Amino acid sequence: MSWVHLMIVLPLLFAVFIPLLYKAFPRIHTGWFVLVVPVLIFGYLATYLPMLANGGTAIYEIPWIPYLDINFTVFVDGLGLIFALIISGIGALVVIYSIYYLSKAREALHNFYVYLMMFMGAMLGVVLSDNMIVLYLFWELTSISSFLLIAYWYQRKQSRFGAQKAMLITVLGGFAMLASIIMIHNITGTFSIREVIAQSDLLVQHDLFLPAMLLLLLGAFTKSAQFPFHIWLPDAMEAPTPISAYLHSATMVKAGIYLVARFTPAFGGTPEWFWIVTFVGLFTLIWGSLNAVKQRDLKALLAFSTISQLGLIMSLLGMGSAALYFNPGDQGVQLHAYAVLAAVFHLINHSTFKGSLFMVVGIVDHETGTRDMRKLGGLMTIMPVSFTLAVIGSLSMAGLPPFNGFISKEMFFTGTLSAASLDIFNMSTYGAIIPVVAWIASVFTFIYSIILVYKTFLGKYQPERLEKKAHEAPLGMLIPPSILGFLVLAIFFFPNVVGDYALKPMVASIIPSAAGVFDDYAISWWHGFEPELFMTMAVVAVGLILFATLNRWIGLYNHMPQWMHLNNWFKHGLSGMERGSHKVIDWHMTGYIRDYLMYIFITIILIVGGSYFLLTDFTLYTENLASISLFEIVLALVLLGSTVLVMATRSRLTAVVSVGVLGYVVALFFIILRAPDLALTQLAIETVSVALYLLCFYHLPKLKGRSEEEGEKFKIGNFIVALGIGSLVTLLALSVNGYNLFEPISVYYGDSYDLAGAANMVNAILADFRGFDTFLEIVVVAIAGLGVYALVRLRLEKRGGTDESQ
Amino acid sequence: MEILMSILIGVLVTAGTYLVMSRSLLRIILGTAVIGHGALLLLLTTAGLKEGAPPITNIEALSYADPLPQALILTAIVINFATTGFFLVLAYRAYKELGTDDMDKLRGIDDE
Repeated sequence: MSWVHLMIVLPLLFAVFIPLLYKAFPRIHTGWFVLVVPVLIFGYLATYLPMLANGGTAIYEIPWIPYLDINFTVFVDGLGLIFALIISGIGALVVIYSIYYLSKAREALHNFYVYLMMFMGAMLGVVLSDNMIVLYLFWELTSISSFLLIAYWYQRKQSRFGAQKAMLITVLGGFAMLASIIMIHNITGTFSIREVIAQSDLLVQHDLFLPAMLLLLLGAFTKSAQFPFHIWLPDAMEAPTPISAYLHSATMVKAGIYLVARFTPAFGGTPEWFWIVTFVGLFTLIWGSLNAVKQRDLKALLAFSTISQLGLIMSLLGMGSAALYFNPGDQGVQLHAYAVLAAVFHLINHSTFKGSLFMVVGIVDHETGTRDMRKLGGLMTIMPVSFTLAVIGSLSMAGLPPFNGFISKEMFFTGTLSAASLDIFNMSTYGAIIPVVAWIASVFTFIYSIILVYKTFLGKYQPERLEKKAHEAPLGMLIPPSILGFLVLAIFFFPNVVGDYALKPMVASIIPSAAGVFDDYAISWWHGFEPELFMTMAVVAVGLILFATLNRWIGLYNHMPQWMHLNNWFKHGLSGMERGSHKVIDWHMTGYIRDYLMYIFITIILIVGGSYFLLTDFTLYTENLASISLFEIVLALVLLGSTVLVMATRSRLTAVVSVGVLGYVVALFFIILRAPDLALTQLAIETVSVALYLLCFYHLPKLKGRSEEEGEKFKIGNFIVALGIGSLVTLLALSVNGYNLFEPISVYYGDSYDLAGAANMVNAILADFRGFDTFLEIVVVAIAGLGVYALVRLRLEKRGGTDESQ
Repeated sequence: MEILMSILIGVLVTAGTYLVMSRSLLRIILGTAVIGHGALLLLLTTAGLKEGAPPITNIEALSYADPLPQALILTAIVINFATTGFFLVLAYRAYKELGTDDMDKLRGIDDE
């Protein structure tokens, strides 16, 4: 157990006490207690930063299920730690923000913070675990806590719908990922990510490489809302805004990015990985930015912008993976690893500016009562601080100086240009698409960033359309976005602080061969008049023109064909599956126990019989068989006859009597087969049984009247199944004769007289050696007797003490 | 003898299985009893037949039959009896309450 382990578990442990604190201190907002946790974690994890800057890593292991190679191993390297710092850092700000956002009088705060802590612990677990199974467990826990948080206002139908949708899509991806993990385990024989990376060559050449990679990416793409799985994210905006800022923008949706980054050293350097990650990312980038422009709800706009930005980071990771194709030391390594540098830089920047934007939108929603841009406008003078923060966030998102988004956007353009110049992976033919798509998407990013500020804060103030009288938010609510806004500016002016302590260690984790190549490289916002700068200038120019003419072309969105609305696909798919499963269930769940028995019997025949024929060759064992006398043949015939009679007869009485005969014949067989005790017991029991049957008949007067001649037709289907089971048992009985796996242990009981003072071995076993078993058997009989008594008595009491049956 | 017994066991199990799948509750109970007999004989047969004297040390013999399966069977007989008895009274009671022993009519309430 290390301190890092404790940091992961701390939120989960603390969650236990939240309801108690909520009850014990109703006057204090529960959030203040919770705040301690992320601050503590952030403070502790930050102490690892100098170690990382020097290129070090740390590993701590707790054995969990060593037999299955499943251990709670924590691996602290650049990638994991920076993610953990983002999680705890933004987490702390979100908790402060939520204290003012959620009223302690009206909201179920204890639930909220329990879910939030559950998420935080799970997310820290995802980014710090080295064992893939442990990672998977935490991964699913983030999906579950996300589900709970989206459905936090579960009274709303939309919240429940959004939560279900997010859950279905992300858990689907999670399962795919689990399958992939198992495949990877089969190939490499380990669950440890570090060891998998070490065996990357083996993995890449294996037949299962492609399926394992695709399934892993499915997990990453669903989580990170990549096209076409992005549809859950806009609906997840039903969650309270602190949650949207935290889970659905800064942390959880980046888990997919994390996964791709983490496995890049294992899968990267192959054309499949490069193409899929790059182009899914690029397509998501442009799709998200195109869709964001048409949104009218502020949060929906931010949701699509998040999708788009995640696509950007994803595509950069894809492009950067090309660096692994080159030998360490080649020029190509640095050239393409640069894209990864841009990816991790933009990842951090996105967390700052998008987090602050979400919080500002939450403030607008909180203070005006609406997020509909058609109702908003002119808030600049009323909410000056929020306006300033919105401008900082939006312009950073649009990629303008002097904000951190500018630098990473420029680096993004550089990355696309060097990817376009690649002469491997067939890139020479299609490479030019990448910068073009990137540029178009940036234009639309610029447009929706301007829309966000313009429609909310500029324009005409319409107080009559707002639910509340607009006013600036309380100070506490402004502090968290202000901190983030400050970071947006600070990172622009001092990018190398982040670069040295965060970005370079992260790149070293993602592209191991690039460790150290950026040591002398300093990030700067000014590169001179390079193509990237002209691209940005063109983005601004074209973006402004398009924004000015927005009303002329926004109508084009209405012409989008129906089939392109992926939500319809989801909706129809879901209801189709529901109908389908209803049909299947209606078909086989008949409500007749007979049918279920039939299924069970058929399954037994198929599985036992099938494995019997597949795995063993049947030989009829004919040696040392016991002799047969005429008497035994007669007995066998009687047994056969009475059995057939039981089956065939229509009279109940005949059936009962036949079963009695059958029991007596079995008793006679016991005598022949050297089991006198059994014969005695069987005779006694059979007599009592038949008496019991007949007694019940006696007490069923009406039954006689209705149908003594019970008309039940012979059912050939049932008979075939029954015959199958019977033949199977015969076969098994016959084949058992040939086996003698070990010496029987019964030799021990041969000395029963010396051991227990009993000449009768069977009785000695029952009464002495296994006396306790017999005692429990008596308990069973007693319970059955009590049951019988209760069944009989209960009726009498219910009928007011009149004893009808006597 | 082993082959004969195996076939008899198969017949018993077939009959029992068939009865268990019928509509009448009484036939189902009888079916369980028949399968029970089959199981007893199966236990005994797999232990080996007619190998030595009955397992009573008073009888002078070179070898005795395996006492262990016999002890198991003895237990099984008693438990069989207990469950069959309970089942029978249950069926009787169900008939008293509901007026039928037809499984197709014993379908519970619709709105479960």
